[in-house]
Order: sequence, then C-alpha cells, then structure tokens
Amino acid sequence: MSLTDTPTARRIPDRLSGQGARILRSWELLLFIIAVLIFVGNTQASPYFLDAWNLSDATFNFTEKAMVAFAMALLIISGEIDLSVAGIIALSSTAMGWALQFGVGTPVLITIGLSVGLLCGAFNGALVTRLGLPSIVVTIGTMSLFRGISYIVLGDQAFNGYPTDFAWLGRGYVFWVISFELVLFTVFAVIYGVILHFTNFGRHIFVIGNNPTAATFSGIRVDRVKMILFLLTGLMSGVAAVCLTARLGSTRPSIASAWELEIVTMVVLGGVSILGGAGSILGVVIAALVMGMVTFGLGLLNVPGIVMSIFIGALLIGVIALPRLIRLVRTGKA
Amino acid sequence: MILRFLKSREAILLGAVLALLVIVESRFSGFAAPGNLAAVFNDTSILIILALGQTLVILTRCIDLSVASNLALTGMVTAMLNAAFPGIPVVVLIALAVGLGTLLGAFNGILVWKLDIPPIVVTLGTLTIYRGTVFLLSDGSWVNSHEMSAAYKAFPRAVLFSLPVLSWIALAVVAGFAVAVTRTPLGRAFYAVGGNPHAAVYTGIDVGRTRFAAFTISGALAGLCGYLWVSRYAVAYVDVAGGFELDVVAACVIGGISIAGGMGTVGGAVLGALFLGVIKNALPVAGISPFWQLAISGAAIIIAVAFNARSSRQPGHIILKSAERTA
Repeated sequence: MSLTDTPTARRIPDRLSGQGARILRSWELLLFIIAVLIFVGNTQASPYFLDAWNLSDATFNFTEKAMVAFAMALLIISGEIDLSVAGIIALSSTAMGWALQFGVGTPVLITIGLSVGLLCGAFNGALVTRLGLPSIVVTIGTMSLFRGISYIVLGDQAFNGYPTDFAWLGRGYVFWVISFELVLFTVFAVIYGVILHFTNFGRHIFVIGNNPTAATFSGIRVDRVKMILFLLTGLMSGVAAVCLTARLGSTRPSIASAWELEIVTMVVLGGVSILGGAGSILGVVIAALVMGMVTFGLGLLNVPGIVMSIFIGALLIGVIALPRLIRLVRTGKA
Repeated sequence: MILRFLKSREAILLGAVLALLVIVESRFSGFAAPGNLAAVFNDTSILIILALGQTLVILTRCIDLSVASNLALTGMVTAMLNAAFPGIPVVVLIALAVGLGTLLGAFNGILVWKLDIPPIVVTLGTLTIYRGTVFLLSDGSWVNSHEMSAAYKAFPRAVLFSLPVLSWIALAVVAGFAVAVTRTPLGRAFYAVGGNPHAAVYTGIDVGRTRFAAFTISGALAGLCGYLWVSRYAVAYVDVAGGFELDVVAACVIGGISIAGGMGTVGGAVLGALFLGVIKNALPVAGISPFWQLAISGAAIIIAVAFNARSSRQPGHIILKSAERTA
C-alpha cells in the first residue's frame, strides 16, 4: 500500500530470480517448522489432539477464513487490501437469511450468497479503480456499510431455519473425516496457487504490486486486474458466507466479526508482503494450518479465545520481526 | 484570507456539520440549544482526542489500529488499581495512564522505526495483544461502578466554568495540537515525513524517529482516554471501546487527513470527529434505530473520501505556511 512506502529502495522479488525465490522458500520453511513444532507441542500437551475426528474438527477453525485469505493474498500482492471481507460475509449471510422467508431452496440460497459477495466486491473495486481512492480507506468505509446494512435489516434479531441440505455445506463430510469444507479449501488452494504462480494473470499481479507505473507501460491493464481481484475477494467472501451460515445454521449481524483482522494476519503470516509484490499461496496454506492448530490446540487446553488472539498477534509480529532483528544485529556487528 | 478559508476543505466540512445541525434542529427543536450542543461536544471529546493522535500517525503515512485496545488496557489498569487501592490520588492514576499509554505507543513506534515493519502489521498485532492483556489482567471480570472511588469517577464530570472537565481536556488538547502542529519543528516534520519521505531525509529529518514520535504521542493520548473513558462510563471490562479504532480512523478520513500522508489539519480532524458525534447523538433524537449508525458512518467515510480525492490539489504537498500563501 502506498501509505507504507518507505524511503529505502525496495528489492523486487521474482519467482524466477535465485535470491527472491530462496527468501520465499526459507520463509515457508520457517513457517513449516513452526507448524511442526506446534503440532508436536499439541500432541504432548493434550492426549485428545491426535484423534482423527478431533483433527477434522480443527480444520473448521481455518477453512472458511483461508478461502477468503487466498483471494486476499492476490489482492495484497497487487498492492491493495480489502478490510470489508467480514462485512461482506455478514451482508451475504443476511441476504440468504432474508430470502429464506420466500421458501427458496439451497441452490437459490447459494446463488444469492455468491451474488451478494460479487456485488460487494464490484462496489469496492469500482470505488478503488474508477475513482482512484485508496483501498484501505474505501474498505474501512464499506466494512461499516456492509455490516451496517445487516444491522439495519436484523437489529437484535436472527435468521434461522436453513434447510437441511443447505446445512450439509458447512457440516457435511465427503469421505470419512474429510469434510466438504476441507475439500473446498484444498480445491481453492490449488486453483489460486495455479492462478498466482502459473498464469500470465498471476505474473501481472506481481508486476502491478512491484511497480504499477511500469505495469501500465508494459501494457498491463492495471485497473482491470485490480477490479477482477476485488471481484474474486468478494466472491470468496460469499463462499465463506455460505459455508459459515450453513455450519452455524443461523445469521446474526455480528457474524464473522473481526475476521478481517484474522484473514489479513493469515495472509501476512504466510509471507505475503503487505507492501505488495511478493508472496505465495503455499505460505498462506501453511499459515492457515498454523493458525488453525494454535487455536485448536489451545482450545483443547481450555485456553480462552481472547488469550489465543494474544498468541496470534505475537506470532504475527514475532515471525516478521525475527528475521529483521537478526539482520539488524548482524549488520550492527559488521 | 476569508475567501481562502471558504474554499478550504474545513469550511465545507464545517458547513456539512452546521447543515446537519440545522436539519435536526428544524425537525426536533432543542437539539441545537447551547446546553445540548455542549453535551454533544462532551460526548465526542474522547473521539476528538484520539483522532488528533491518529492524525499525527496518518500524516507520517502510518496508521495506528491499536488505540482502542491501548485505551481498554490503560483504563482497566487504572480501574483495578483504584478498586484495590482507593487511596491512590486520581492525579497519580492519570499520570500512570498517560505513562502506560506512552509505553504502549512507543512499542508500536519502535517496531516501525527500528525494525521497519509496516505499521498496519504492527498495530494489527498489538491490537490483539493489548486487548488480550486486558483479559489476562482482569480474568474477564468487570470493575463496576461501586468498586471505584468517588474521586475517580468525579474528575471528568466536575464542572468548571459551566463545562465538564472532560470537555476542557479535549479543548486543551485541540489548542495544544493546533499550536504544536503548525508552529514547532516536530509538528512540521510530521508533514514533511508524510509529504515526501525522501525529501525529508535530505532536509535532515529522521523519518523513523518522527514516526516513532507520532506513535508515542498517539499512545499517550490513548492512555489518557483510557482513564477518561472508564471513569466517565464508570465501568471497565475487556470489550471497552471495542472497534473504536475504526471510528477514530473514520473521523480522520472524514476530516480530510489524507491516508497517503502529509495532508490534513487539526481543525479537519476535530470537525470529522464532531460530524460523527453529531450523527451519533442525532439518531436517537430523530427516532432512528441505533442500528443505523454503523451503515451511516460507513457511507459517510466513503462519501468523504470520494469527495476529498476530487478536491485534493494535484501539485505536491506544501509544507511551509508562507509558501502556501504565495502559491
């Protein structure tokens, strides 16, 4: 983002260049080691951790957030951000609950959920690309607007009574302990990984994040790419809204509150540069696993959610600070 | 000079606030009565103070999302100390709140300055850490009104020259900022760092140190507001001022503080906060459900930022007052 520009020259990481790739790989390695340590720690801390069904339950901690995080990763790599994702989830869920009174079936509910997500994404994208507004401010505004509409519609009420086949989307299992959400998470991880790392569109995202001016002069339609990314983020928020609503079986306006922070944390923890221009989907996947396991493991130990959030916050700062601290000490000595 | 003021963003915002007051007054007479306006100002005081701290941070191209958590933590510390040792004078507690807030702000600042971590990441992290620490300290329990000493609760409500002390503190902070930002080297440095960090370096301004100063001041004010908030509402719990950081950023954005740094005024931030304050107080009067407030402030942010982007000047940011006048 432009507001975090620093006077120091930015290194331009590239998937093809040796050094950039090595830094990224070592980041993912570091993250992977942390994930393994947390896993081992969890197995030692609680005898209930290593149970197929328990582990399967644990995946619900991150699948919905991670689906949004994939699209958010692309958006952040392109140098923009969307803080309204949780607001979109709330609005999309409210729209589905509202449609319930007309006795619509599951396919219509899903269509409504996804369309509202797309519309919200289009609104964000139009404000950022057409009017040239900074995305961080626009989405702080739309975050209040979208959730605010949910509050206007619902007040202190709740929608419930979702059909059973709809609930399957959030609670169902495809095979043994493999939930539908976990399958969806894996499929989206692959899709976004391919889009980002193996297509021209993905290369454009990196170029735009590193230098939007150069991207424009190399013939990349910057605004169009950004618009698509906002649409994708909206759509994924819609997907998350469908899964979350199905899993909870009810809609309150406070649904998914503060998720935007957790989703951004997941993306940044996954090694995506908040300044744009660098990152990988693999990193986000590992970060999702780390965050999911931390919350689940601590949950088994009866640690309250808010204490877990301290851990996540410290992890976010610590993981980013550590390499910089080491570099600082090293250059200080040299 | 008057003509220039009329063309400025602040004048337009002032007009918007006044228009809002006229509309509400025309339908519900008594809203714009001096007594009620003073009450609205008093109710908005904390938002004004925090928005001014945030203004400095945003001027330097950073953002501080941890202010509300900082407020909750310092507020809880003073409340628990007061409940446990009612003998501690209020002045000491206020000094402690400011001191603790300063430390929390400095922690953000040092991470941004020395480790060069993007401010949004730092304060996103400390937002959850500070809020979680409130839970660790209080174990999730509340400090209620009856546990607080009378002096602790009385200070912000005490009336001096027909205004509560809380309002006077806000006025003092506004006055202090108005002078400091326009008339001191540090105040101008905030603009220089945000306007053009490269140029700031060549004029001998330490960009990192200036950002550190902005975060520290923002933290100190959040600490002060921690005491003010908890004593005013006479209750301290984990979720005090939850999500208030967004109101603070919203006030700045509505007030025309450019998120790209280097542009904005103290008057703008104050008017931005007052705009939100008037809406918040007018809704119940107009019989609109308070559930509308979130959507309205969201829409206000979007309209304000769209409007500001259109009216923002194209040629670079001007730091010197005299140069601005000749330009």
